[in-house]
Amino acid sequence: MIAVVDYGVGNLFSLLCSLKFIGADARVTCDAEEIRAAEGIILPGVGAFADARAKLAATGLEPVLKEQADAGKPFLGICLGMQMLFEKSYEYGEHEGLGFMKGEVVPFDLPKGMKVPHMGWNALNKTGDCPLLKYTADGDYVYYVHSFYVDGNSPYAAGVSDYGVKVAGAVCKGNVFGTQFHPEKSGEVGLGILKAFSEICKEGAL
Amino acid sequence: MLAKRIIPCLDIKDGRVVKGTNFLGLQDVSSPVELAEYYNLSGADELVFYDITASFAGRKLFADTLVDVASRVFIPLTVGGGINTVDDFDRVLKCGADKVSVNSGAIANPSLVGEAARKYGNQCVVLSIDAKRVNGRFEVFSKGGRVPTGIDAVEWAYRGQEEGAGELVVNSIDTDGVKQGFDLEMLSAICDRVKIPVIASGGAGCAEHFVQLFESVPGVDAGLAASIFHFKQVDIKELKKLLVSKGQPVRL
Repeated sequence: MIAVVDYGVGNLFSLLCSLKFIGADARVTCDAEEIRAAEGIILPGVGAFADARAKLAATGLEPVLKEQADAGKPFLGICLGMQMLFEKSYEYGEHEGLGFMKGEVVPFDLPKGMKVPHMGWNALNKTGDCPLLKYTADGDYVYYVHSFYVDGNSPYAAGVSDYGVKVAGAVCKGNVFGTQFHPEKSGEVGLGILKAFSEICKEGAL
Repeated sequence: MLAKRIIPCLDIKDGRVVKGTNFLGLQDVSSPVELAEYYNLSGADELVFYDITASFAGRKLFADTLVDVASRVFIPLTVGGGINTVDDFDRVLKCGADKVSVNSGAIANPSLVGEAARKYGNQCVVLSIDAKRVNGRFEVFSKGGRVPTGIDAVEWAYRGQEEGAGELVVNSIDTDGVKQGFDLEMLSAICDRVKIPVIASGGAGCAEHFVQLFESVPGVDAGLAASIFHFKQVDIKELKKLLVSKGQPVRL
């Protein structure tokens, strides 16, 4: 079973539908024991960083997530969930992240004429050999909606997209993965990424 | 580099897809779920659903349709029609919509865009504008293009952006259903004024009209059409190949 962490942020309907579609057994939960018992953990998230961090902190689940990630359980952060894997975000102030990965989340500083948010389909160029992108071909398009980003030169970047700057689209550090784009909205390519994660979960702790 | 998006639009009445010409005269086309799956496989980048029923029963059918589509098609879904309050946003977001399009609702209640943007984020709010030429300017029309509002469309677009709309759909009543191409003049005027993504609507009659659209108005992010896709006059796969051959970035 994959635990989708419920901390009152965003709409989980599509994510759950897409996991069900690929045959994964997923459950929305904010129960520590259920998260500990799960084969993998997904941390979703949309909205503002500070608000989401406060809501996640209020659940009291952070120590459980840290303990599970440290123990090697497959862990996937999506969109804001990926941003929270890093140490710090500069979205309207300065906020601390979960710190699973070194690095920070910064606002776009784009050439004139480029629009923020970075919203739409962009090509994902693979930069490593991350098991999360097992079914993803170099240059496959994925769907983004975000206004802050992690630099694509991050040592954890597994896939990057070009939007005037190099955006970290997918990140990977051992058992911890993240996607800035929405796999549940990225058509067949996105379903392939969720399938790869689901298989990583079945294989057990990394 | 972001891909230019191709978006089929499905008008839904009593759980079926319909398409009007100049907003009048409806013709049954197909099942929404089947059509959505077909478009997903053809390479549509996004789908727009407009609920054109007014009855309670029709609204319930629309919600069921949306849930069915969202359970099988994993690309962004925008929903519009009958969105007048923040509660209406909630209603369709729960059924699997990713973005919600407001039109007459924003004209009747100009604070709606801002309220919804604060609650769900700008990326969730699409301001849809029906406009046509009146006395040398572009005027906003409400109620499905029937009622003149006296509002200048270019200023309305800018105001929507400032209030928190994350995207605009610009539908030209002058070119809608005529199939002679998009309203390049109206689109240029609006793209020059705003910096949020603009989806062009109204007037596509063939694949070349999309090439013309993206070449003539580089600020346009997406082209939307209904009947030419529903009746397979334009195949999305072929259209995208054509766009690639013309040097446009698209998702194949």
